[in-house]
Amino acid sequence: MGDYTAEELQSIFIMQGFSGLSLFSVLLLMGLGLALIFGQMGVINMAHGEFMALGAYTVYLCSNITEQFFPAFTPYYFVITILVAFVVCGLLGAFVEWLLIRHLYHRPLDTLLATWGLSLILQQTYRSIFGAREVSPRLPDWLMGSFTYGDVDIPINGVFVLGLSVIVTGSLVYFIYKSRFGLKLRSTVQNRSMSGAVGINTVKVDRLAFALGCGIAGIAGAAFTTIGSTGPDSGSRYIVDAFLVVVSGGAASLLGTVGSAFGIAQAQSILEFFLEGTKGKVATLLVIVVVLMIRPQGLFPSKVRSH
Amino acid sequence: MLAVENLKVAYGQSVVIPEFSFDAPKGEIVGIVGRNGMGKTTLFKALIGMIPSASGSIKVDEKELVKKPSYERVANGVAFVPQGRMIFPYLTVYENLISGVSGSLDQEDIDEIYSLFPVLEEMSKRKGGNLSGGQQQQLAIGRALMTKPKVLLLDEPTEGIQPSIIKEISRSLRKIGEMKDLTIVVSEQVLSFVLDTCDSVMVIDTGRLVREDRREDVDAEMIKEMLAV
Repeated sequence: MGDYTAEELQSIFIMQGFSGLSLFSVLLLMGLGLALIFGQMGVINMAHGEFMALGAYTVYLCSNITEQFFPAFTPYYFVITILVAFVVCGLLGAFVEWLLIRHLYHRPLDTLLATWGLSLILQQTYRSIFGAREVSPRLPDWLMGSFTYGDVDIPINGVFVLGLSVIVTGSLVYFIYKSRFGLKLRSTVQNRSMSGAVGINTVKVDRLAFALGCGIAGIAGAAFTTIGSTGPDSGSRYIVDAFLVVVSGGAASLLGTVGSAFGIAQAQSILEFFLEGTKGKVATLLVIVVVLMIRPQGLFPSKVRSH
Repeated sequence: MLAVENLKVAYGQSVVIPEFSFDAPKGEIVGIVGRNGMGKTTLFKALIGMIPSASGSIKVDEKELVKKPSYERVANGVAFVPQGRMIFPYLTVYENLISGVSGSLDQEDIDEIYSLFPVLEEMSKRKGGNLSGGQQQQLAIGRALMTKPKVLLLDEPTEGIQPSIIKEISRSLRKIGEMKDLTIVVSEQVLSFVLDTCDSVMVIDTGRLVREDRREDVDAEMIKEMLAV
């Protein structure tokens, strides 16, 4: 850092900090879905990244359709497409839970293998349909450009993604802690067999929770299109980071997911500027390893029992 | 109301209940007593569907439930208060009470539970895990009653509860049974509780029904001998 003046360093930290906020938003959206599926249900979903990619491809498809058939709608399509990505990924999630996951509850290693296989199938499907090259949707003009404050440029797409992740996080917290379904989900997490014995349809709860987690991954994918282009393996690039977020935050803890997504994103963004990409990532991983050695249950362990 | 016929329950090759049949008439409280390991808990878990039955029949109001999952049995009028209460420790008392309610929530139902167990209203915002054993037992019974059952199953409700509270639970059960014309089946090791509470008493031994008496005909000394290890 010795070659930078204090003013330059301040600008770098603000810029990288904001870039870290964009990464935080995507990691948070990915992590929330995983926290629900891995943390609450105990399913290691290795295909979670591919659900994110599906959300991104859904935006790409909707962008093409809008441009071709409804060009006047281009400024508005993106907001609706986020909901479409949520529904498409949620529906596929419900189907995958019915076809595959429901047979593998209480067998985490088997879910790991099965969902890894599913991730390969989905990646190849994307490759066959969309090709190996990365694609990008046409974003509305209002998402382009940046706000400028002095020497600092704050990209509008970053602000949008941050706002989106705040809305999704707030909605999820409300859903889990205030809705009747959220109550049934929390009951099922605490004691599955007893939940059935008090009248909760745990099969339905599992399916809806998995679908919701996948739907949120779809929203993460939609958000991802505003900051990067989408390829068949885009999701797999984020899956390790998303698992790091959930595990280091404390599985099943939404607060932990938010905290660790913020910490990991900021550490990566700032360290990568000063230490180059790989070294920055190594430094971040080392910090996580130390955190997990000191607190193996994660930063904010949730007070829930296993199934 | 509850009719169990030739019920067989096994864990793999190990048969715990070889054959069990009994009837619990509407509005009656039936006690099932037996030593530890005689199959009481297995029987109750099979009745609510927490473990599958190998064969036999479980009918409530003539409706066959033996193949149905737990939540459908609850929807058909069976409620269960398990051994050790098994309330949801990290849900509040209020959340515990409404956890199993499907469809719209009726405030009158909650008020009725609060009138039966006033302590639950006082502690409605407290986590279930922070309640004493007796309070948890009241919560577990309240949670079961919220599903508006026709048959209430209680597995060893006095386990780990202090004697003064045991009498209170006995009184509450009789009151609930009369108020709601409810069929109640209780498994117990404490004979005095069963004699205070139940209209008829059955003895279970190695998964079989070996004795059945109306309360007034119970030979307490003989049953005590049967319960002695």
